[in-house]
Amino acid sequence: MEGFLNQLPIGLSIGAVLLLIALGLTFTFGQMGVINMAHGEFIMAGAYTAFLLQDLAGRSAVLVALPVAFVVAGLMGLVLERAAIRHFYGRPLDTLLLTWGVSLVLQQLARDLFGAPNVQVLSPTWLQGAIGPMPYNRLFILALAVGSVVAIWLYMNRSAQGRRMQAVMQNRQLAATSGINTGRVDQRTFFIGSGLAGIAGVALTLIGPVGPTLGTYYIVDAFLVVVAGGLGQLRGAVIAAAALGLLNSYAEFWTNASLAKVIVFAAIIAFLQFRPQGLFVLRSRALT
Amino acid sequence: MTAVLEKPTQLTPEKPPRQWKGPAVFVAVAIIALVVMPLLLEPFRLGLLAKYLCYAIVALGIGLAWGQGGMLTLGQGVFFGLGGYAMGMFLKLNDAGGDLPDFMVWSGVEQLPALWAPFGNPVFALAMVVVVPLVVAVLLGTLVFRQRVRGAYFAILTQALAAAMVILLVGQQGLTGGTNGLTNFFDFFGNDVAAESTQRGLYLTVAIVLGVLYLAAWQLVRSRFGRLLLAVRDGEDRVRFLGYNPATVKTITFAISAVMAGIAGALFVPVVGIISPALLGVVPSLELVVAVAVGGRFALAGAVLGAVVMGYAKTYFSEELPDAWLYLQGALFILVMTLAPKGIVGVAAALRGRLRKEASA
Repeated sequence: MEGFLNQLPIGLSIGAVLLLIALGLTFTFGQMGVINMAHGEFIMAGAYTAFLLQDLAGRSAVLVALPVAFVVAGLMGLVLERAAIRHFYGRPLDTLLLTWGVSLVLQQLARDLFGAPNVQVLSPTWLQGAIGPMPYNRLFILALAVGSVVAIWLYMNRSAQGRRMQAVMQNRQLAATSGINTGRVDQRTFFIGSGLAGIAGVALTLIGPVGPTLGTYYIVDAFLVVVAGGLGQLRGAVIAAAALGLLNSYAEFWTNASLAKVIVFAAIIAFLQFRPQGLFVLRSRALT
Repeated sequence: MTAVLEKPTQLTPEKPPRQWKGPAVFVAVAIIALVVMPLLLEPFRLGLLAKYLCYAIVALGIGLAWGQGGMLTLGQGVFFGLGGYAMGMFLKLNDAGGDLPDFMVWSGVEQLPALWAPFGNPVFALAMVVVVPLVVAVLLGTLVFRQRVRGAYFAILTQALAAAMVILLVGQQGLTGGTNGLTNFFDFFGNDVAAESTQRGLYLTVAIVLGVLYLAAWQLVRSRFGRLLLAVRDGEDRVRFLGYNPATVKTITFAISAVMAGIAGALFVPVVGIISPALLGVVPSLELVVAVAVGGRFALAGAVLGAVVMGYAKTYFSEELPDAWLYLQGALFILVMTLAPKGIVGVAAALRGRLRKEASA
């Protein structure tokens, strides 16, 4: 029973990190038809931002790092979108390969800048400790994800920019004819989505070391969250990320780490038999 | 008016001229591969070429599934690995000669696992090289395509499968050799696997298998089935409205590409002498897709060409400029996707078209 309880914070915090990563992916995928494999490297950029700020801000660097990482990763996303991805809208498979090339370059860049071995970011002292089975650092990650989801929800539903974003996601051409500058909306979505990956990167420094391939560990799972949650669906992403995080950690607990991924994969395939387009679907009459 | 009468508008397209260029090129390449290369290259380089040709077999499958069928499969490494491990298990048991394979002794396994036992039989092992990838692909294809999961979703799922496969293989140390995989082979059907003559024979085998599979794939693309496959790629729903079942067409094609990858994996093991999780994960699978894109995904020849070119490029740059290789690969990738989405074959065709235009002008 104790082991069962101990898995809960692990599963939930992994789910929270997956959610932060998947939010950016699901919006860029849902709105622009872009599969961004370089998204994982934005996570890495966020984590290294925290590592660099550690020298300046000491052990509470995490707090400073959150906004800085958001902007750093967001700007990287914006540059990528402007320089390359915008020429590939609506061709998801091509963007996948293109951004994988970008991801290779960024990984090697990190290796050259920070060295191949992992580095450590020291957690703030005030995050050491636990309430029952729930360590403070995992609780902090959970709070971070909840805060981000609330912020995104407010942005999407209560701001003019967010409503424009929803309009473009639902029907790009109609949105454009209604006078919305879709290009600008795309840039904003990319900035915010990439920025969230940066925040996820900072969160990851609280539970593990930072290395050039940090992003690759999470990107595949984050894409599975997108597939299971439904494209561009905030609700779907939240539920799918929590479910995937928990399933992962309990499958590891009950069997072993090597079987867990296979179980998760089988569960996703089984799930798609009932809901081939994910939990929630943006309804449309369009035919591909 | 009279001019029109003299030369009526042709309603039926002209019968295409007898195609001799394609077969001629094929025969020329076959002669170079089977006769010239073994004479020209020293054993080490010939071994490398054999390795690239193994990858070319996988690439051929990717060209079929992705270029012709529109299914971007990012998990061909899985099938490559299934074929490779089937072959590796046989070679391991063969070398052990009734004892436990060496790595099992090291990881403290005392009895031969039941999964391994039948692989001592060469016929069974060779059958499994084809059967296991086939079954996995048909199962996955049926489940996924029947529900109309396609495009990017399919790509993500195959990639997740490759990731899961690696973690599974690494974790089952006693069964699979873990991170090290299966290696240290000595005997290959009565020959010393490292001997020059064996390696030469293996090279020729790989080249012939590639040639045969290429011809088979070419026939498939030319057939009615191939037309249907193209139609599914370009308008899946329309094909369904016409009364065909796109899921079946896609599953069959995906299974064929998986079997090709399995065969390639089985050939790879004696040629290179190892099969390990690092050879079949997300990155190697993607690298092969990239190779196909670089060569030209819409032509089967482009897929094969791309695999060989990228194989050589990787070896060359890893030897000469090891630090720059990832940059170069990434940059090449970005350039190909932006400037030449049809790859080398596309660029060559465009150049030929321009030359012809200049010649006729």
